[in-house]
Amino acid sequence: MKNTHDYRLICGMEIHAELKTKSKMFCGCKNDPFHAPAPNTYTCPVCLGMPGGTPVANKTAVDWTIKLGLALGCKINLFSKFDRKNYFYPDLPKGYQISQYDIPFCVDGVVQTSEGPVRIRRIHLEEDTGKLLHTTVAGEKVTLIDFNRSGVPLIEIVTEPDIRTPSQAKEYGRKLRQIIRYLDIADADMEQGGMRLEANISLAPAKADELPKYKVEVKNINSFRFVEQAITYEMKRHAEILSGGGTPEQETRGWNPNTGKTFSQRAKEEAEDYRYFPDPDLPPIRLKKQALQRLKAELPELPDMIVSRWHTTYQVEPRFGELLNTTREQASWIDEIFLAAAKEGISANSLASAIVNRKIKTQVGDKPKDVLATYYAAFATEKIDASELDRAIEKVFAANPDAVAKYKAGDQKVIGFFIGQVIREIGRKADANEVRQALIAALK
Amino acid sequence: MAKKVSTAQVKHIANLANIPITTREQQELAAAFSETLAVVDNLLKIDIKNIEPTHQVNDLENVLREDKVDEERMFSQEEALANAARTHEGYFVVPRVIDEN
Ligand SMILES: [Zn+2]
Repeated sequence: MKNTHDYRLICGMEIHAELKTKSKMFCGCKNDPFHAPAPNTYTCPVCLGMPGGTPVANKTAVDWTIKLGLALGCKINLFSKFDRKNYFYPDLPKGYQISQYDIPFCVDGVVQTSEGPVRIRRIHLEEDTGKLLHTTVAGEKVTLIDFNRSGVPLIEIVTEPDIRTPSQAKEYGRKLRQIIRYLDIADADMEQGGMRLEANISLAPAKADELPKYKVEVKNINSFRFVEQAITYEMKRHAEILSGGGTPEQETRGWNPNTGKTFSQRAKEEAEDYRYFPDPDLPPIRLKKQALQRLKAELPELPDMIVSRWHTTYQVEPRFGELLNTTREQASWIDEIFLAAAKEGISANSLASAIVNRKIKTQVGDKPKDVLATYYAAFATEKIDASELDRAIEKVFAANPDAVAKYKAGDQKVIGFFIGQVIREIGRKADANEVRQALIAALK
Repeated sequence: MAKKVSTAQVKHIANLANIPITTREQQELAAAFSETLAVVDNLLKIDIKNIEPTHQVNDLENVLREDKVDEERMFSQEEALANAARTHEGYFVVPRVIDEN
């Protein structure tokens, strides 16, 4: 029986996020669908698709899309336009969605993950659809429509098929959301649907260069954990079909978190045929280089940059730094603490380790001096007199001649054993680093 | 040289727009579409080697609006639903579009 080890994952992701502008993408309606008092209260002729309604693009939404592109190292198309994506479905009343087809605002970026880079193919700006509720009214199966969300600015971020493991997909999604939140352009709330995930999944033979001839889309996933689970599930499913000589059907699937399984959604009877064309209501957009410079200058310091700055300035290991910059608020709070620690000669890395490993209890916003006081109380060491230290070291060496021989034969690891023994011998909170230095000197 | 539009293509286009058409209409439209394409095909005679493609013919660019809520133009729920064939508790109602199991 073959298993997933005989195959490698080929996976790309498409992520949608609603921008948190004040107004909608192409009209002045309020953009706040999750807090609207009632259905269909934030609409106008434009977002209801009435004849004669003329859309005008929201400048802030355009700027924010480009900012995200710049943050992900994308090339920005100085000339761009909006296109009509034609389809007949009641979630948009016009019969088309305003989107971007062949000239998106941003192309060719990258998001770094611990399992390798994930290249960004494109970022485009479009309008969100209305919300559909499938229900029964007076015994009749109906669909209810609320257009409060119709026309809300929506960005779509599409990757290249660079994702190689389910955990990398999860990490990519988390990093992207972190960056979006640093830029303060979207709430990216997964549960409410402010950010929606889609994974395109296929398997290729592990040992061959050939690319898979099929692709399965799993749509509308609303958590990073679920995306990881859905990909894991699909990999097993595909491996079974492939090892039996078959090919998984090219289709769209959904994820059921209750069963932990994906399920087939309506098989497309016909190939997608959106008949895109430039929207004649919306003149193209030409960006000036200065405008781009201005947007670039407005970018905040991004999560990866903060981690490397902490590393260079305070020698904080990236594995701690990455857990202390989850939000901009947390990062700037940690910055104050590191600065205060540096002034007092406290190792920022030890402090970071203590915070990450919850050796000391802290929360974002605690005053730096209080955090340092807590740290002192938990980790204060006593100054040990040099002669006392030497006596303890001699005693430990005399009791452990084998370990001394081992060290001299090149086994550096025994130093840890010595440190423990010496501190125990002293019987007080000695500074492990000082003990280490003294031990190394004594063993020369 | 004009291409002939088949009745199958007409059916496909009608399906995409969710417009039901009769067999007779399919044939009539196939002929009409073919004629339209033949007219458009005249454009092929024009030499466009030195002409830049355009996405727009009105010469406008960068028509954008500031991100401001315009309450004046917003509808009340009653106004929004005024022309709806059917409503229910503030929603537009249409026949069920997907059959959930
Ligand atoms: Zn509107």
